[in-house]
Amino acid sequence: MIAHSIFFYTFSLIAIVSAIMVTASKNTVHSVFFLILDFISISCLFIMIGAEFLGMIMLIVYVGAVAVLFLFVVMMLNVAQQKNQWFAGQATSKHIPIGLIISTLIFVEIIIVIGGWKFKPEIFDINNSVVQTNISNTHSLGQILYTDYIHVFQISGMILLVAMVGAIVLTFRQRSGVKRQSYIKQISRERAEGVEVLNVQSNKGVKIDD
Amino acid sequence: MTEIGLGHYLTLGAVIFSIGIIGIFLNRKNIIVILMSIELILLAVNINLVAFSIYLGDLAGQVFTLFILTVAAAEAAIGLAIIVVYFRNSGTIRVEEIDKLKG
Repeated sequence: MIAHSIFFYTFSLIAIVSAIMVTASKNTVHSVFFLILDFISISCLFIMIGAEFLGMIMLIVYVGAVAVLFLFVVMMLNVAQQKNQWFAGQATSKHIPIGLIISTLIFVEIIIVIGGWKFKPEIFDINNSVVQTNISNTHSLGQILYTDYIHVFQISGMILLVAMVGAIVLTFRQRSGVKRQSYIKQISRERAEGVEVLNVQSNKGVKIDD
Repeated sequence: MTEIGLGHYLTLGAVIFSIGIIGIFLNRKNIIVILMSIELILLAVNINLVAFSIYLGDLAGQVFTLFILTVAAAEAAIGLAIIVVYFRNSGTIRVEEIDKLKG
Protein backbone atom coordinates (compact mmCIF):
# COMPACT_ATOMS: atom_id res chain seq x y z
CA MET A 1 0.00 0.00 0.00
CA ILE A 2 2.90 2.33 0.71
CA ALA A 3 4.28 1.72 -2.77
CA HIS A 4 0.88 2.60 -4.21
CA SER A 5 0.87 5.95 -2.48
CA ILE A 6 4.48 6.67 -3.38
CA PHE A 7 3.80 6.00 -7.05
CA PHE A 8 0.54 7.95 -6.94
CA TYR A 9 2.18 11.05 -5.49
CA THR A 10 5.14 10.81 -7.88
CA PHE A 11 3.04 10.48 -11.02
CA SER A 12 0.47 13.06 -9.98
CA LEU A 13 3.21 15.55 -9.05
CA ILE A 14 4.81 15.06 -12.46
CA ALA A 15 1.40 15.42 -14.11
CA ILE A 16 0.51 18.64 -12.27
CA VAL A 17 3.91 20.26 -12.83
CA SER A 18 3.87 19.39 -16.51
CA ALA A 19 0.28 20.67 -16.84
CA ILE A 20 1.43 23.97 -15.36
CA MET A 21 4.38 24.01 -17.75
CA VAL A 22 2.04 23.42 -20.71
CA THR A 23 0.30 26.70 -20.01
CA ALA A 24 3.30 28.64 -18.72
CA SER A 25 6.19 27.83 -21.03
CA LYS A 26 7.11 30.46 -23.58
CA ASN A 27 8.02 28.11 -26.38
CA THR A 28 5.11 26.27 -27.94
CA VAL A 29 7.23 23.24 -28.77
CA HIS A 30 8.10 22.93 -25.09
CA SER A 31 4.37 23.07 -24.32
CA VAL A 32 3.77 20.11 -26.62
CA PHE A 33 6.57 18.15 -24.96
CA PHE A 34 5.14 18.83 -21.53
CA LEU A 35 1.72 17.75 -22.81
CA ILE A 36 3.27 14.44 -23.86
CA LEU A 37 4.84 14.07 -20.40
CA ASP A 38 1.48 14.79 -18.82
CA PHE A 39 -0.29 12.13 -20.86
CA ILE A 40 2.41 9.59 -20.09
CA SER A 41 2.15 10.21 -16.33
CA ILE A 42 -1.63 9.96 -16.37
CA SER A 43 -1.52 6.74 -18.35
CA CYS A 44 0.95 5.35 -15.80
CA LEU A 45 -1.64 6.23 -13.14
CA PHE A 46 -4.34 4.45 -15.14
CA ILE A 47 -2.21 1.34 -15.47
CA MET A 48 -1.44 1.51 -11.76
CA ILE A 49 -5.06 1.53 -10.60
CA GLY A 50 -6.06 -1.31 -12.90
CA ALA A 51 -7.27 0.22 -16.15
CA GLU A 52 -4.45 -1.17 -18.27
CA PHE A 53 -6.24 -1.05 -21.59
CA LEU A 54 -7.11 2.63 -21.23
CA GLY A 55 -3.58 3.49 -20.16
CA MET A 56 -2.14 1.82 -23.24
CA ILE A 57 -4.80 3.39 -25.48
CA MET A 58 -3.96 6.81 -24.05
CA LEU A 59 -0.30 6.20 -24.83
CA ILE A 60 -1.11 5.16 -28.39
CA VAL A 61 -3.79 7.74 -29.19
CA TYR A 62 -2.37 10.78 -27.43
CA VAL A 63 1.37 10.36 -27.47
CA GLY A 64 1.41 8.54 -30.77
CA ALA A 65 -1.13 10.55 -32.71
CA VAL A 66 -2.49 13.71 -31.12
CA ALA A 67 0.73 15.07 -29.62
CA VAL A 68 2.64 14.36 -32.82
CA LEU A 69 -0.13 16.14 -34.73
CA PHE A 70 0.26 19.15 -32.43
CA LEU A 71 4.02 19.07 -32.87
CA PHE A 72 3.64 18.85 -36.63
CA VAL A 73 1.32 21.84 -36.76
CA VAL A 74 3.48 23.91 -34.42
CA MET A 75 6.57 23.27 -36.49
CA MET A 76 4.73 23.76 -39.80
CA LEU A 77 3.27 27.11 -38.81
CA ASN A 78 6.63 28.39 -37.53
CA VAL A 79 5.17 29.97 -34.44
CA ALA A 80 7.41 28.22 -31.98
CA GLN A 81 9.80 31.10 -31.63
CA GLN A 82 7.30 33.73 -30.60
CA LYS A 83 9.10 34.89 -27.52
CA ASN A 84 6.23 36.78 -25.99
CA GLN A 85 5.91 37.28 -22.34
CA TRP A 86 3.34 35.11 -20.75
CA PHE A 87 1.22 38.04 -19.66
CA ALA A 88 2.09 40.89 -21.97
CA GLY A 89 -0.01 43.32 -23.89
CA GLN A 90 -2.37 46.07 -22.94
CA ALA A 91 -5.53 44.04 -22.51
CA THR A 92 -3.99 41.61 -20.06
CA SER A 93 -4.54 43.63 -16.93
CA LYS A 94 -8.29 43.05 -17.08
CA HIS A 95 -8.65 39.40 -17.87
CA ILE A 96 -5.79 37.85 -15.91
CA PRO A 97 -7.26 38.48 -12.44
CA ILE A 98 -10.70 37.48 -13.68
CA GLY A 99 -9.32 34.26 -15.15
CA LEU A 100 -7.47 33.46 -11.94
CA ILE A 101 -10.55 34.16 -9.84
CA ILE A 102 -12.80 32.02 -12.04
CA SER A 103 -10.47 29.05 -12.13
CA THR A 104 -9.85 29.24 -8.39
CA LEU A 105 -13.60 29.32 -7.82
CA ILE A 106 -14.11 26.28 -10.06
CA PHE A 107 -11.36 24.43 -8.19
CA VAL A 108 -12.86 25.30 -4.80
CA GLU A 109 -16.31 24.21 -5.93
CA ILE A 110 -15.05 20.85 -7.17
CA ILE A 111 -13.11 20.31 -3.95
CA ILE A 112 -16.22 21.12 -1.88
CA VAL A 113 -18.23 18.61 -3.89
CA ILE A 114 -15.54 15.94 -3.52
CA GLY A 115 -15.24 16.55 0.22
CA GLY A 116 -18.91 16.05 1.00
CA TRP A 117 -19.60 13.24 -1.40
CA LYS A 118 -20.56 9.65 -0.61
CA PHE A 119 -22.02 6.93 -2.78
CA LYS A 120 -24.78 4.65 -1.69
CA PRO A 121 -23.70 1.08 -0.98
CA GLU A 122 -26.66 -0.32 -2.88
CA ILE A 123 -25.39 1.29 -6.09
CA PHE A 124 -23.73 -2.01 -6.89
CA ASP A 125 -27.10 -3.64 -7.36
CA ILE A 126 -28.29 -1.46 -10.20
CA ASN A 127 -25.44 -1.73 -12.63
CA ASN A 128 -24.99 -4.55 -15.05
CA SER A 129 -21.36 -4.18 -16.07
CA VAL A 130 -19.57 -5.13 -12.88
CA VAL A 131 -15.84 -5.63 -13.01
CA GLN A 132 -15.04 -9.32 -13.03
CA THR A 133 -11.80 -10.20 -11.37
CA ASN A 134 -11.11 -13.51 -13.07
CA ILE A 135 -10.66 -12.07 -16.57
CA SER A 136 -8.39 -9.26 -17.68
CA ASN A 137 -9.37 -5.63 -18.07
CA THR A 138 -9.14 -5.70 -21.84
CA HIS A 139 -11.25 -8.86 -22.01
CA SER A 140 -14.03 -7.47 -19.85
CA LEU A 141 -14.00 -4.13 -21.71
CA GLY A 142 -14.33 -5.96 -25.00
CA GLN A 143 -17.18 -8.04 -23.66
CA ILE A 144 -19.33 -5.02 -22.93
CA LEU A 145 -17.98 -2.69 -25.62
CA TYR A 146 -19.14 -4.87 -28.51
CA THR A 147 -22.43 -5.92 -26.95
CA ASP A 148 -24.00 -3.26 -24.75
CA TYR A 149 -22.31 -0.25 -26.34
CA ILE A 150 -22.19 -1.35 -29.95
CA HIS A 151 -24.28 1.55 -31.25
CA VAL A 152 -22.16 4.13 -29.45
CA PHE A 153 -19.10 2.37 -30.81
CA GLN A 154 -20.39 2.64 -34.37
CA ILE A 155 -21.28 6.30 -33.84
CA SER A 156 -17.76 7.03 -32.60
CA GLY A 157 -16.44 5.46 -35.78
CA MET A 158 -18.70 7.78 -37.77
CA ILE A 159 -17.38 10.74 -35.76
CA LEU A 160 -13.83 9.79 -36.66
CA LEU A 161 -14.80 9.48 -40.33
CA VAL A 162 -16.47 12.90 -40.33
CA ALA A 163 -13.45 14.43 -38.59
CA MET A 164 -11.10 12.92 -41.14
CA VAL A 165 -13.14 14.14 -44.10
CA GLY A 166 -13.54 17.56 -42.49
CA ALA A 167 -9.83 17.99 -41.82
CA ILE A 168 -8.98 17.01 -45.39
CA VAL A 169 -11.61 19.33 -46.87
CA LEU A 170 -10.51 22.22 -44.66
CA THR A 171 -6.83 22.05 -45.47
CA PHE A 172 -7.13 21.08 -49.12
CA ARG A 173 -6.32 23.83 -51.58
CA GLN A 174 -6.33 23.89 -55.35
CA ARG A 175 -3.15 25.47 -56.61
CA SER A 176 -3.13 27.23 -59.95
CA GLY A 177 -0.44 26.54 -62.47
CA VAL A 178 0.11 22.91 -61.51
CA LYS A 179 -0.08 20.45 -64.40
CA ARG A 180 -1.92 17.33 -63.41
CA GLN A 181 -2.53 14.08 -65.18
CA SER A 182 -6.18 13.64 -66.15
CA TYR A 183 -6.95 9.96 -66.30
CA ILE A 184 -10.47 10.39 -67.60
CA LYS A 185 -9.21 12.47 -70.52
CA GLN A 186 -6.52 9.92 -71.24
CA ILE A 187 -8.68 6.86 -71.29
CA SER A 188 -11.63 8.44 -73.03
CA ARG A 189 -9.76 9.33 -76.20
CA GLU A 190 -11.16 7.85 -79.35
CA ARG A 191 -9.21 6.72 -82.36
CA ALA A 192 -10.98 9.23 -84.55
CA GLU A 193 -9.69 12.27 -82.65
CA GLY A 194 -6.16 10.95 -82.31
CA VAL A 195 -5.35 9.55 -85.74
CA GLU A 196 -6.23 10.94 -89.12
CA VAL A 197 -5.49 9.20 -92.38
CA LEU A 198 -4.56 11.58 -95.15
CA ASN A 199 -4.05 11.03 -98.75
CA VAL A 200 -0.72 12.75 -99.43
CA GLN A 201 -0.23 14.02 -102.90
CA SER A 202 3.26 14.02 -104.30
CA ASN A 203 5.26 17.24 -104.36
CA LYS A 204 2.68 19.01 -102.22
CA GLY A 205 2.99 17.56 -98.75
CA VAL A 206 0.37 17.93 -96.07
CA LYS A 207 -0.30 20.65 -93.57
CA ILE A 208 -0.70 19.04 -90.18
CA ASP A 209 -0.94 21.93 -87.74
CA ASP A 210 -4.07 23.77 -88.60
CA MET B 1 -2.72 10.12 3.94
CA THR B 2 -0.95 7.00 2.83
CA GLU B 3 -4.17 5.26 1.85
CA ILE B 4 -4.91 6.35 -1.70
CA GLY B 5 -8.65 6.49 -2.24
CA LEU B 6 -11.11 7.86 -4.68
CA GLY B 7 -10.76 11.38 -3.30
CA HIS B 8 -7.10 11.57 -4.24
CA TYR B 9 -7.82 10.83 -7.88
CA LEU B 10 -10.75 13.25 -7.93
CA THR B 11 -8.54 15.94 -6.43
CA LEU B 12 -5.91 15.31 -9.09
CA GLY B 13 -8.61 15.63 -11.73
CA ALA B 14 -9.80 18.90 -10.20
CA VAL B 15 -6.28 20.33 -10.15
CA ILE B 16 -5.62 19.45 -13.79
CA PHE B 17 -9.07 20.78 -14.80
CA SER B 18 -8.33 24.10 -13.08
CA ILE B 19 -4.92 24.33 -14.71
CA GLY B 20 -6.58 23.81 -18.08
CA ILE B 21 -9.06 26.62 -17.40
CA ILE B 22 -6.22 28.91 -16.27
CA GLY B 23 -4.42 28.05 -19.51
CA ILE B 24 -7.44 29.06 -21.57
CA PHE B 25 -7.88 32.36 -19.73
CA LEU B 26 -4.29 33.46 -19.36
CA ASN B 27 -2.94 32.46 -22.72
CA ARG B 28 -1.33 35.23 -24.71
CA LYS B 29 0.68 33.33 -27.26
CA ASN B 30 -1.30 31.36 -29.79
CA ILE B 31 -4.39 29.28 -30.20
CA ILE B 32 -2.52 25.98 -30.22
CA VAL B 33 -1.86 26.33 -26.49
CA ILE B 34 -5.60 26.89 -25.98
CA LEU B 35 -6.27 23.60 -27.82
CA MET B 36 -3.72 21.92 -25.54
CA SER B 37 -5.54 23.32 -22.52
CA ILE B 38 -8.77 21.81 -23.83
CA GLU B 39 -6.95 18.48 -24.08
CA LEU B 40 -5.89 18.90 -20.43
CA ILE B 41 -9.51 19.49 -19.41
CA LEU B 42 -10.64 16.34 -21.24
CA LEU B 43 -7.79 14.47 -19.56
CA ALA B 44 -9.07 15.58 -16.15
CA VAL B 45 -12.54 14.32 -17.04
CA ASN B 46 -10.99 11.00 -18.07
CA ILE B 47 -9.20 10.74 -14.73
CA ASN B 48 -12.50 11.25 -12.92
CA LEU B 49 -14.30 8.64 -15.02
CA VAL B 50 -11.60 6.02 -14.64
CA ALA B 51 -11.29 6.59 -10.89
CA PHE B 52 -15.04 6.23 -10.41
CA SER B 53 -15.05 3.16 -12.63
CA ILE B 54 -12.34 1.45 -10.63
CA TYR B 55 -13.56 2.35 -7.18
CA LEU B 56 -17.24 1.64 -7.90
CA GLY B 57 -16.49 -1.56 -9.76
CA ASP B 58 -18.43 -0.56 -12.85
CA LEU B 59 -16.89 -0.78 -16.30
CA ALA B 60 -19.15 1.83 -17.89
CA GLY B 61 -16.78 4.64 -16.88
CA GLN B 62 -13.91 3.09 -18.82
CA VAL B 63 -16.13 2.63 -21.88
CA PHE B 64 -17.10 6.29 -21.73
CA THR B 65 -13.45 7.23 -21.36
CA LEU B 66 -12.79 5.37 -24.61
CA PHE B 67 -15.45 7.43 -26.37
CA ILE B 68 -14.13 10.66 -24.86
CA LEU B 69 -10.69 9.74 -26.22
CA THR B 70 -12.24 9.29 -29.67
CA VAL B 71 -14.06 12.60 -29.59
CA ALA B 72 -10.99 14.40 -28.23
CA ALA B 73 -8.83 13.07 -31.05
CA ALA B 74 -11.39 14.13 -33.66
CA GLU B 75 -11.72 17.55 -32.05
CA ALA B 76 -7.96 18.06 -31.99
CA ALA B 77 -7.70 17.14 -35.67
CA ILE B 78 -10.50 19.51 -36.70
CA GLY B 79 -9.19 22.33 -34.50
CA LEU B 80 -5.68 22.04 -35.87
CA ALA B 81 -7.06 22.01 -39.43
CA ILE B 82 -8.98 25.21 -38.71
CA ILE B 83 -5.83 26.78 -37.26
CA VAL B 84 -3.82 25.81 -40.34
CA VAL B 85 -6.45 27.37 -42.63
CA TYR B 86 -6.60 30.53 -40.51
CA PHE B 87 -2.83 30.88 -40.50
CA ARG B 88 -2.78 30.44 -44.26
CA ASN B 89 -5.38 33.18 -44.72
CA SER B 90 -4.31 35.77 -42.19
CA GLY B 91 -0.69 34.96 -41.36
CA THR B 92 -1.05 34.96 -37.60
CA ILE B 93 -2.56 32.81 -34.88
CA ARG B 94 -1.72 35.07 -31.94
CA VAL B 95 -4.67 35.43 -29.64
CA GLU B 96 -4.79 39.21 -29.43
CA GLU B 97 -4.54 39.64 -33.18
CA ILE B 98 -7.49 37.40 -33.96
CA ASP B 99 -10.27 39.94 -33.76
CA LYS B 100 -12.00 39.70 -37.08
CA LEU B 101 -15.37 38.92 -35.58
CA LYS B 102 -15.28 42.13 -33.60
CA GLY B 103 -15.89 43.99 -36.82
